[in-house]
Amino acid sequence: MIIQSLAFYLFSIVTVASAVMVISARNPVHSVLFLILAFFNSAGLFVLLGAEFLAMILVVVYVGAVAVLFMFVVMMLDINFTALREGFLQYLPLGGLIGLVLLLELAVILGGWIIAPGAAERAAAPTPAIDSVHNTEALGQLIYTNYIYFFQAAGMVLLVAMIGAIVLTHRTRPGVRKQKISEQVAREDSIEMRDMPSGGGI
Amino acid sequence: MPDLVPALPEIFLAVMSMALLMAGVFQKEENAGRSVSYLAIATLVVTIAIVGVVADGRASTFGGAFVTDGFAVYVKGLILIATAAAVLMSREYLEQHGIFRFEFPVLMVLAALGMLMMVSANDLISLYLGIELQSLSLYVIASFQRDTTRSAEAGLKYFVLGALSSGLLLYGISLVYGFSGSTNFDALAQLFQAGESPVGVTVGLVFIIAGLAFKVSAVPFHMWTPDVYEGAPTPVTAFFAVAPKIAAMALFVRVMVGAFGDLGDQWQQVIIFISIASMVLGAFAAINQTNIKRLMAYSSIGHMGYALIGLAVAGGAGNAEARADGVSGILIYLAIYMFMNVGAFACILQMRRNGRMVEGIGDLAGLSKSNPAMAMVLAIFMFSMAGIPPLAGFFGKLYIFLAAIEAELFALAIIGVLASVVGAVYYIRIVKVMYFDAPEEGFDGPVSMEMKAVLVVTGVVTLFFFVWPLPILDGAGLATAALLPG
Repeated sequence: MIIQSLAFYLFSIVTVASAVMVISARNPVHSVLFLILAFFNSAGLFVLLGAEFLAMILVVVYVGAVAVLFMFVVMMLDINFTALREGFLQYLPLGGLIGLVLLLELAVILGGWIIAPGAAERAAAPTPAIDSVHNTEALGQLIYTNYIYFFQAAGMVLLVAMIGAIVLTHRTRPGVRKQKISEQVAREDSIEMRDMPSGGGI
Repeated sequence: MPDLVPALPEIFLAVMSMALLMAGVFQKEENAGRSVSYLAIATLVVTIAIVGVVADGRASTFGGAFVTDGFAVYVKGLILIATAAAVLMSREYLEQHGIFRFEFPVLMVLAALGMLMMVSANDLISLYLGIELQSLSLYVIASFQRDTTRSAEAGLKYFVLGALSSGLLLYGISLVYGFSGSTNFDALAQLFQAGESPVGVTVGLVFIIAGLAFKVSAVPFHMWTPDVYEGAPTPVTAFFAVAPKIAAMALFVRVMVGAFGDLGDQWQQVIIFISIASMVLGAFAAINQTNIKRLMAYSSIGHMGYALIGLAVAGGAGNAEARADGVSGILIYLAIYMFMNVGAFACILQMRRNGRMVEGIGDLAGLSKSNPAMAMVLAIFMFSMAGIPPLAGFFGKLYIFLAAIEAELFALAIIGVLASVVGAVYYIRIVKVMYFDAPEEGFDGPVSMEMKAVLVVTGVVTLFFFVWPLPILDGAGLATAALLPG
């Protein structure tokens, strides 16, 4: 039990600390690396909760794809991050104040910690018992049955994202030399027929 | 297998949006835009028919995540009409600016799909997914004119602030779920029947209100509206001002009245505040505007303030009759708002000089001489928005204010009347500019057939609403009865 709590505190502290570093690191590449660290530690928290599948997905999708994409964006685009950060100190007092007020409010709610009766049972109701099926199977059973509507709706959202990305960035530029293998191979001057005298070379 | 019949309009629209995409891809580029946009209008019209045919009392499906009832049918009708009108009005503009690509109508159809899902949402997750589907399509079409900085800026601004509001909304949803254990509206309503809730739910509720207030652009979450309206291509602005507002307002009503109806004393004061703030800001901030699209943005902020009065009334505990009047007041207001705004934007889309759009209010000077018919139609819409009887806009405000008085929210009614008097100043100034200022050069003619049709239909509805108001009043009555049984 104690190891679990220790692991929980370790993972949460590192998650929060690296999240702070993501927004405060000077070098954007470091920010992305800290983001990856935060993802890994959140995956650790998922494992502690018994949600191994989500933990693995988090690592595969977020670390493997999203963070690498971020890395590409940060390294390929020439963005002046110091200029972006210019107003930071100026707005810090106001932003800090709002953050503090929100934090106090949250403390009040969590301090009260009154939950509607039966909330935990209601929330757990749709899921099958955790000791009878492993959680990949449990997720599969729910997503494609009870939550099929949400699954399909999320699919439509992704379709819109795809259309949007193409609409906003795709341009047919004139003068682009595209590779058309069949045409290039069949080009007339690429093949030459010669009569060879027998016994001689070219 | 879940029952698919209640969701038939959405399924049809989703499948057709993909079919339209295919139709666009496999056509010559020159005529793809035009033919897909006509097909999109046909799709939307057929969807209206399906919504009408499927309508049969209250039916919920997908484990209670999706619901269709009289309320949904009424609002879906408005949304589909508004979207079809927006697609129809956009053709000319897009062709003239050389950006008529077939993805535009497809994105409009997808946005309409998101809006229908919002209206039918009966679960906080389906609410969120509907909003995202709608918003994502809107972000893209806001920056559709991607070669102009203004349009790209409008899209980016809308996207960043929209993402922020989605964050607020999701945070609120997570609090509500965490403290109550359910995201289903029916389950939540049952849980809070006694009018009591854990404090965490109340805080979550406030975050949800903030997220939704952003979507209806109510003060203090309105900052994006003028910039986005000004920067987006004009037909897109016309679309933004109508369909998404109707959908978000209907969703607002369904969440507040449907899921948290018995917690009225906890959210009513928040709604009263944002309603008053929207009305006052909408009235005063618009006075100094010189750009007509910005003016329409402030005008829509003000109009949402008036509609929110109805929601504040619906939050009053006890007086069931007043609550019903509040909800039906909103529905009547939204219908009238749709006709007025579609018409006004059809006029604004005609403001072209030497092949270029002009957007200054001063450019309308002397329109009564150069194009008397259009000046008259625009004057009708402006008088109606100002709330001058016997035009439609007057009745919209009348029902809302009557409901407020019935619920004894006198302060709200009085401030509403005063704000609409102040608001009348800038609406009537446009009429003054058109009729009494020294004439400028006329606009490019001629007005195309589809624009004429839109102008005639919206103009007739606005002008003669009082002659035969029953279709809208009855529809709103039925819709309210579906939402507030008994």
